[in-house]
Amino acid sequence: MSFALDIMTIVAVSVSAFFFLAGTVGLLRFPDTLTRLHALTKADNLGLGLLVLGLLPQAESLRGGIKLICVWIIVLLAGATVSQLIAYAARREGSQL
Amino acid sequence: MTFALALEIVLAAVVLTGAVWTIASRETLPAVAGFVAYGLLLALVWVRLGAPDVALTEAAIGSGLTGALLVSAAARLRSSEGPMAVERPDVILRVLAAVLSAAVTTALAISVLLLPDPAPTLATAAAENAAATGLGNPVTNVLMAFRAMDTMLEKIVLLLALVGVWSLAPDRLWGGRPGPRHHADPQGVLAFVARVLPPVGIIVGIYILWTSADHPGGAFQGGTILAAMWLLVMMAGLTDAPPVSERRQRLLLLAGPVVFLIVGLGGLAFGDAFLAYPMAYAKPLILAIEFAMIVTIAVTLGLLVAGPPEREAGS
Repeated sequence: MSFALDIMTIVAVSVSAFFFLAGTVGLLRFPDTLTRLHALTKADNLGLGLLVLGLLPQAESLRGGIKLICVWIIVLLAGATVSQLIAYAARREGSQL
Repeated sequence: MTFALALEIVLAAVVLTGAVWTIASRETLPAVAGFVAYGLLLALVWVRLGAPDVALTEAAIGSGLTGALLVSAAARLRSSEGPMAVERPDVILRVLAAVLSAAVTTALAISVLLLPDPAPTLATAAAENAAATGLGNPVTNVLMAFRAMDTMLEKIVLLLALVGVWSLAPDRLWGGRPGPRHHADPQGVLAFVARVLPPVGIIVGIYILWTSADHPGGAFQGGTILAAMWLLVMMAGLTDAPPVSERRQRLLLLAGPVVFLIVGLGGLAFGDAFLAYPMAYAKPLILAIEFAMIVTIAVTLGLLVAGPPEREAGS
């Protein structure tokens, strides 16, 4: 059982690292604000989500696991809000930040 | 080379890059962004050094709150930034500033390298007397009991800082409301998050204070989170900053230092010295001070970011 859980951790954290890498490359290489935000939110949502999923089997207690999920949900909420606000500001100013 | 060492080297390199970026950046806003990222990375360094209490403070105050203060300062400076950039100080002044900064850094580096090995420490003394207060977190022990005087004075300094900010108000607006009135779409995403997040943030803020008895945390870190929640609600336009003359707000600002002083004087009257807690009541007294402090810290930090009065009280 613990072997299967370890495999799950390794796979999920590796895929999460890929999303963080892809998100970072996108943030650096994409041409304008909106596409950069698109890249950034992928890192937040999928990257962090998979990271939490991978760490859950390693959590020491139920409490620790719930804390991890709470962190993910709060970051999702914050990330989604901030990217909406930045997108709104970028559209209003018509600028390419 | 172990993985941990490699991680530490990379972390140190990134922190230094962040610091250089912050200084070298010509424009104010990117420099502030660099400073915030630098603070968060520095918090990771503190975690690696096994100092989670310092890491929490650095992330909350050093990066979060100071970042918010600097962003609002940068926004105010925006209109004057263009003309200012043209008037660069002359070469001699810049060289002098560089030499002075380098000298300070070198002096700090030398004094760190000259520390005797092992470095002088009071950690063992603090650990030996930890049982005296009934608290499990040695950092809270030091802050609230062994060096409580410093913590109390820190709170008073915070109050003086707020008085300093308020004193920037023009005479006719004295007693008015701080900062501009924020407006946001009441159906928009900011208003939504300002309704959803504060209940969670308030619980987390109080939890961080409560848990500081035995785990990393404290009134300052928790208070910063409470202040952030208040600011979020104000920025979403759901509430307005109260006028600086409001009585209830003044009382909240005084709660922390006053409770601290009363407990301190109580120690002088009934105990051995100023701020000497009677052994049996040490933990409840410390908790009472901390709960009064978290309120004062949250209100003070929120008002520091809100700024000096800019509008009439009735507006």
